[in-house]
Amino acid sequence: MSVLSPTHGEVLPPPTERYTVLGWLRRNLFSTWYNGLLTLLAGGLIAWIVVPTWRWAGTEARWNVISDNFGLFMKGQYPLDQVWRLWLCLYLVALSAGLMWGVFVRRRELVGWVLLLIPVLTGVGLLLSGVRSWWQPLLMAGLGLGGVLVGRGAPTALRRPTLFLFVLTFPLCVLFVRGLDGIARMPRVPTNLWGGLLLALLITVVGIVVSFPLGVLLAFGRRSSLPVVRTLSVLYIEFIRGVPRITLLFMGQVMLPYFLPPGLTVDRVIRAMVAVILFSAAYMAENVRGGLQAIPRGQYEAASAIGLNSLQTTMFIILPQALRAVIPVLVGQFIGLFKDTSLVALVGLLDLVGIARGVLANPAYIGRQIEVYAFIAVVYWVFSYGMAYASHRLEKALGVGQR
Amino acid sequence: MSEPIIIARDVHKWYGHFHALRGISMEVHRGEVCVIFGPSGSGKSTFIRTLNRLEAHQRGTIIVDGIELSHDTRNIAAIRREVGMVFQQFNLFPHLTVLQNITLGPIQVRKWPKAKAEEVALQLLRRVGIPEQAHKYPGQLSGGQQQRVAIARALAMQPKVMLFDEPTSALDPEMIKEVLDVMIELAQSGMTMLVVTHEMGFARAVAHRMFFFDQGVIVESGTPEQIFENPQQERTKLFLSQILHHK
Ligand SMILES: Nc1ncnc2c1ncn2[C@@H]1O[C@H](COP(=O)(O)OP(=O)(O)O)[C@@H](O)[C@H]1O
Ligand SMILES: [Mg+2]
Repeated sequence: MSVLSPTHGEVLPPPTERYTVLGWLRRNLFSTWYNGLLTLLAGGLIAWIVVPTWRWAGTEARWNVISDNFGLFMKGQYPLDQVWRLWLCLYLVALSAGLMWGVFVRRRELVGWVLLLIPVLTGVGLLLSGVRSWWQPLLMAGLGLGGVLVGRGAPTALRRPTLFLFVLTFPLCVLFVRGLDGIARMPRVPTNLWGGLLLALLITVVGIVVSFPLGVLLAFGRRSSLPVVRTLSVLYIEFIRGVPRITLLFMGQVMLPYFLPPGLTVDRVIRAMVAVILFSAAYMAENVRGGLQAIPRGQYEAASAIGLNSLQTTMFIILPQALRAVIPVLVGQFIGLFKDTSLVALVGLLDLVGIARGVLANPAYIGRQIEVYAFIAVVYWVFSYGMAYASHRLEKALGVGQR
Repeated sequence: MSEPIIIARDVHKWYGHFHALRGISMEVHRGEVCVIFGPSGSGKSTFIRTLNRLEAHQRGTIIVDGIELSHDTRNIAAIRREVGMVFQQFNLFPHLTVLQNITLGPIQVRKWPKAKAEEVALQLLRRVGIPEQAHKYPGQLSGGQQQRVAIARALAMQPKVMLFDEPTSALDPEMIKEVLDVMIELAQSGMTMLVVTHEMGFARAVAHRMFFFDQGVIVESGTPEQIFENPQQERTKLFLSQILHHK
C-alpha cells in the first residue's frame, strides 16, 4: 500500500505506447475472439476475389484492345492534328490548379502533398497520352508544380490574378476544344467528333458550372416569400426529382427542338448537356437548401442589425456558411453527375461507354468485354476518387465542422 | 436633458393571438443609460427588438433619431445604421475572422475604404481589450471575448444608440465582469444605451433610469435609487427580492 502517489501534481509527459507490429495486430485485428474470426473471414474473402482477378489480369487478359484504341477512349474522333488543343487545356488546368493550391492552401503540412502532385499529374498525363509522347505530361506536371511554388512565393500579390485565371480556365478550355470558325489554326471541331473521356469530362464540367448557380437560385426560390416564385421552384424541383435521369436525357434529345424557334438547331451533345444541367440543378437546389436551413436565425438578425440588406446578407453571411456546410454532399453529387454521364451512351453519344460499345462491335476485339469494361471502371474510379480526395482536403483547409 | 433620441408611444405587438407587448411607452434621451428588467417572457427582448425592426410592432409609434419606424424599408435601413445591437448569443459570423466581423458593416454599409475600416476596428479591439485576437475566428475565442467582439462590431458602425439584450446571460460567471467592464466604460463615455439585464450591480453603477417589465407592460420605472430603495409596486418588490437573493 503506497501512502502517497509520488507523482501527485507534477506535470508529466503523456504515457508513450510501445509500437510493435504484433501489438498493432493484436489491438486492431485480433482484440477479441470474434474480431479475430472476422479478420480471418475478411482476409479469406479478399484473397478469394483478388487472387484470381490478379492472375487473370496478368495472364489471360489481352490488353491490346485498350492500347490499340487508347486515343479513341480518351478523346473519341477528335482530329489528331488538333490534339494539341486538348493539351493546351490540360496545361491551363494544371497551371491554374497549381496556382490556386499555392495561393489559397496555406498550411505548412500540405507541402508534402504538393510534392505528391508531380507524380500524380505525370501519371494522369501519361494515362491521357497513352505513353506515346512523354514531354506533354512532363510539361503539364511542371506547370502544376510551378504554379504551386510561384503561388506560395507571393500569395497576396497573386490572389486576384489567380482567381481571375481560375474563372477564365473553364470558358477558355471550352473555347479551345470547340474552336472558332474564324481562326485558321483552330478550326471548329464539330461536337459529334467529341468522345470518350473528353466528352464525359466536358459534360461533367459544363453540368457542374452551369447547374451550380441555377441550383442556388432555385434553393432561394423555394424559400422565397413570393408565392409565384416559390411555387414554380417547388414544381420544378419536385418534377425533376420524380423522373429518372434517362427519361430526361431522352426527352432532351426528342423534345428540346420543339421548344426552340424554328431554324435553330442544337446538336446532340448540347441537348445532352442541357438535360444534365436541368437534372443536376434540381438536386443541387435541395442540397443547398439543406445548408440554408442549418443557418441559425441569429445570423440573419446580426446581419440586419449591422445594416446589411438582404442581398448583402445572402452573399456575405448566409451563402458562404451554407455552401461550406454542404461541400461533402455537393461533391458527392458532382461525382454522381460524372458517373452518370455514362448514360449518354444510351442516347447515342460516344462517351467512354459509347466508345466501348463501338470497339467491342469490331470483330477484331470480339469477347473482350471484361478488359474494356474493367478499364473504363478504373478510369471512372480514378477521377471519382480524385474528386472525393480533393474535396476532403478542401474541407480540411476550410475547417468545416471545426469552427 | 436634451431631446429624446428614442420615442416609443403605446407600442403593441402580437404573436398570433398572444399579446406580447401591451402598450409600451418610453422616451430615452441622448447619453442616457436605461436598464430594462423583469421576469422571463415579459416582453423585454421583443420590445428592444422592435426598436431596430427585428420585430415589427403592430400599433403605436416608434421614432428613433427623428425617423419614424414604418414599413418603409429606407427608414428601416436608416435607423439600423444608427442603432447597434448586442445579442445574448453573440451571433458573430463564424466563417469570418474577428477583424472581418467588425469591418463588414463599415465596408458594405458605410462604404468606408478597407484600410480605414480596419484601422477603426483595431482601435475598437484595443478599447474592448482584445487587440491580439484580430485574426482569429470566433470559434477560437472564449464567450467573454466573443461578446466583446460583438460589442466592437456594433460600435464600428458608429451608432448613436446601443441596444443590449441580456449580454451576459450566456456567459460563465468569471467572464461576466470583463464584458460588464466594457459596458461600464461605454456608458461613462456618454453612449446612449438600452440594456436588458439582471446585473443589478451594473444598473446601480451606471443606469440613469430603470424599467420593470411584466406581462408586456411597464409596471414601474424610476432611478436606480427609487427602484432599489423604494419600489412602489408589490410585483417589483417581489421580483427584486428574488433576483437579489439568488445572486
Ligand atoms: N417569435 C415568437 N413567436 C411566438 N411567441 C413569441 C415569439 N417571440 C417571443 N414570443 C413570446 O412573447 C413573449 C415575450 O417574449 P420575450 O420578449 O422574448 O421575453 P423576455 O425577453 O422578456 O424573456 C413570451 O411569452 C414569448 O413566448
Ligand atoms: Mg429575452
